[in-house]
Amino acid sequence: MTFASLAPVYPELWLAVAAMALLLLGVFRGEGSTRLVSWLGVAALVVTLVLVRAQPAESQSAFGGMFLADGFARFAKLLILIGSGFAIVQSLGYIKYNRMDRFEYPVLILLASVGMMMMVSANDLMSLYLGLELQSLSLYVLAAFKRDSERATEAGLKYFVLGALSSGMLLYGSSLIYGFTGSTGFVQIAEAVKASGSHASIGLIVGIVFLSAGLAFKVSAVPFHMWVPDVYEGAPTPVTAFFAVAPKIAAVALFCRAMLSPFGDIAADWQQIIIVISALSMLLGAFAAIAQNNIKRLMAYSSIGHVGYALVGLAAGTEEGVRGILIYLAIYLAMNVGTFACILSMRHRDSLVEGVSDLAGLAKTHPFMAFLLAGFMFSLAGVPPLAGFFGKFYIFMAAINAKLYALAVLGMLSSVVSAYYYLRIVKIMYFDEADEPLSKPLRTELGAVMGITGLFTLLFFVYPAPLLAAAQAAAKTLFP
Amino acid sequence: MPLLSIVTFLPLVGAAFILLARGPEEIVARNARNAALWTTVITFAVSLLIWIEFDNSTAAFQFVEKHEWLAPGISYHMGVDGISMLFVILTTFLMPLCILASWDAIEHRVKEYMVAFLVMETLMIGVFCALDLVLFYLFFEAGLIPMFLIIGIWGGKRRIYASFKFFLYTLLGSLLLLLALLYMYFQAGTTDIPTLMKHAFDPGVQKWLWLAFFASFAVKVPMWPVHTWLPDAHVEAPTAGSVILAGVMLKMGGYGFIRFSIPMFPDASLYFAPLVFGLSVVAIIYTSLVALVQEDMKKLIAYSSVAHMGFVTMGTFSLTLQGVQGAIFQMLSHGIVSGALFLCVGVVYDRLHTREIARYGGLVNIMPKYAVVFMLFTMANVGLPGTSGFVGEMLTLVGAFKANTWVALLATTGVILSAAYALWLYRRVIFGELTKDDLKAMTDLSPREVAIIAPLVFLTLFMGIYPAPFLDVMAVSVNNLLDQHQAAIAAVKAAVAAK
Repeated sequence: MTFASLAPVYPELWLAVAAMALLLLGVFRGEGSTRLVSWLGVAALVVTLVLVRAQPAESQSAFGGMFLADGFARFAKLLILIGSGFAIVQSLGYIKYNRMDRFEYPVLILLASVGMMMMVSANDLMSLYLGLELQSLSLYVLAAFKRDSERATEAGLKYFVLGALSSGMLLYGSSLIYGFTGSTGFVQIAEAVKASGSHASIGLIVGIVFLSAGLAFKVSAVPFHMWVPDVYEGAPTPVTAFFAVAPKIAAVALFCRAMLSPFGDIAADWQQIIIVISALSMLLGAFAAIAQNNIKRLMAYSSIGHVGYALVGLAAGTEEGVRGILIYLAIYLAMNVGTFACILSMRHRDSLVEGVSDLAGLAKTHPFMAFLLAGFMFSLAGVPPLAGFFGKFYIFMAAINAKLYALAVLGMLSSVVSAYYYLRIVKIMYFDEADEPLSKPLRTELGAVMGITGLFTLLFFVYPAPLLAAAQAAAKTLFP
Repeated sequence: MPLLSIVTFLPLVGAAFILLARGPEEIVARNARNAALWTTVITFAVSLLIWIEFDNSTAAFQFVEKHEWLAPGISYHMGVDGISMLFVILTTFLMPLCILASWDAIEHRVKEYMVAFLVMETLMIGVFCALDLVLFYLFFEAGLIPMFLIIGIWGGKRRIYASFKFFLYTLLGSLLLLLALLYMYFQAGTTDIPTLMKHAFDPGVQKWLWLAFFASFAVKVPMWPVHTWLPDAHVEAPTAGSVILAGVMLKMGGYGFIRFSIPMFPDASLYFAPLVFGLSVVAIIYTSLVALVQEDMKKLIAYSSVAHMGFVTMGTFSLTLQGVQGAIFQMLSHGIVSGALFLCVGVVYDRLHTREIARYGGLVNIMPKYAVVFMLFTMANVGLPGTSGFVGEMLTLVGAFKANTWVALLATTGVILSAAYALWLYRRVIFGELTKDDLKAMTDLSPREVAIIAPLVFLTLFMGIYPAPFLDVMAVSVNNLLDQHQAAIAAVKAAVAAK
């Protein structure tokens, strides 16, 4: 293998090397170096972003076809890198304040990002698993990063045990698929599936079921969602902010490729699984969040619901559906990063608060933040002209075109229900009076993150063309 | 010059200025009021310019603008014809009055209030100018956000309940509209309204699409039995919010029927006309009876709005020239008259801070000017000849009579009922002995209030005595609409016969 044949993997290589170099730097500089390592980590992510952008437009593969750098992967990677970058920036204030400012924190996020990039480029069950585990192991540690906190360690342990279980299911499914098709490569599996005609063998179907169960756990879709509220609530807030965005994007993108690329020809056999998962996720996300008073828990259920919407696009199983998913993920990224930036700014004198009712009267005390958070809430609810509406718009467009009318109607109904709890937050901020107003310090980084994502959410409708075109091109590569 | 885009987004520019205002609260509030007033007045002037330039002799869309937007076939497409022209004017005309009506009534968070109203104006004008279904939906639905905030922040005691009910009710209706329009996009390959009007949808599919559109517009109009959000929203909203709600937002539903349901689903419109007739008649009679027993002035007017909008839906689906023209005219007239009535309630509410009818009585003794204008608008609400209300009701009844005698007969009894509740309200508030002490201190209309109400008085009388200028604007477009409709029905019949 020559060095040039590694060209498709340059961004991942660079990021992995950078992460390890930063680890060394951290060790040599000692405890006080978190800020430096963090900003250098952001710089490394930016460089990776440039490297990904600089790759040629056509698909390239490496490692004997196990790794595929195509338009779809590149689009997902850009989102992942942006999400991780925001996550590091958002954390700066919090980790310092809560005495968890150890330099391993940004390094772990970087390593998780490498794993996620591997995931979305995986073109083989082996590389899929490798990427997934690299990401998951980093995330387990991050969830328990605040090691003195009972809640955080509990969340970390829960996440680890359940995550290991799902990995097991995924591996079991993979082995069945290997057994019945004779290969782990997506291309070879697709050929084997094609050769066997329209009816897949029972063993293969069971394999697909296990594989999708494992992946459904990673995207936190119902009925594999139980860990989400607990982990979201227990993990330190900036970690939750990270969990809610980049890993979810990577997992959804992986889900798409792992279903469509090898099993595209027998879509009718697995589509119903996705339909059920997506319908249940939308409904549970809508109803379970109503009673939540902890804003992190509320966002956990909200994210379950949003994964349900994204999976509607996968259920459609068409290029249009994948385009819808990619647009949805990009918009979801902006809305969630912005919302969590607001959550991270909620503090009472000394401590961060997480109660929904702590937002009371925010419109008076912090008009800028309240305005943006209201924007994010209306956007999450899918009210036009905010970005969230367009995410749903393209998803349902694909669903209608694939004749999934019942699923579309169900999605619409659950979005009315979920509008209730998003509105409730707006109501608390704008209609209620504060008992004790939140204290002032709004860190500049958080303000900037809010501003950027808020601007995107509010003004997406003015000039949507670039994102739409990029998503269109990316979706195309998944359907050669 | 893209006049329609200018008139649509001008209020947003004003809102941006107000949003950027900084400084001591009182000065910001004063500047916000002035800026909002000037913005709305200029917007009104620009919209008048459009009306002057408007050509009455063609049914084609005018001042058309078209740009690439979301996807092939979904573009930023604006334009007005005889049907939408007057709604734009109605919106821009009512807005400055609303700002004036809120001048002293809104004391806290003035800046945000004015921003919400200006955003609202942009969205409402956009609804009437949009010539693309997705664009229409965007404006139609986005209007929920400012209205939710207006009711929720500046509303009365049960404002939170009312605002949630308003939002969720309307959202549910319009999401079905969204699904229908996505389906239409795949059937016709575009969401361009003029193109869709020419597209012949399969009669079986039409029925489903019609029902989806109906779900959305019926909630907005509102038609019985999905009207229950309206009394709550009206009662709790601040005066200007009620004016906008009754004056413009309800009209979006009626406008939707005329703009979409009839031309795009001609077959289904004919098929479902009896359903609409039935619901309209129930609305007219039942809500009039409900209005009779109300103890809250705003609630009474809200129920009367539901009844009057019943005439609109009835006239629209009579599918006759008089009926449709009457429906549009009735909407314009109701926009002015009910707006004026809410302003009249606002006048006494500002003084006594109650809307309970029993707390008033004998106001004629101390507020003669007020008694006169209230009388005029009550009469216009009843539909007395010489006021604008008469023309609209008369025309819709004539249209309904052509389509179905029984419907017209039953609807006419609604006119009598409306006289009963309106006159009774007037008697209880204005006439009688002035016995209550707190009423004695009340003052007659202030110059600002006169300035708000005078243009409404003028228009109510002008539209009643000489409606021709308004009817002429819409005549060609409505004629064309009905011709197209008949041609489409004939085509379907011919196809059935050929089989």
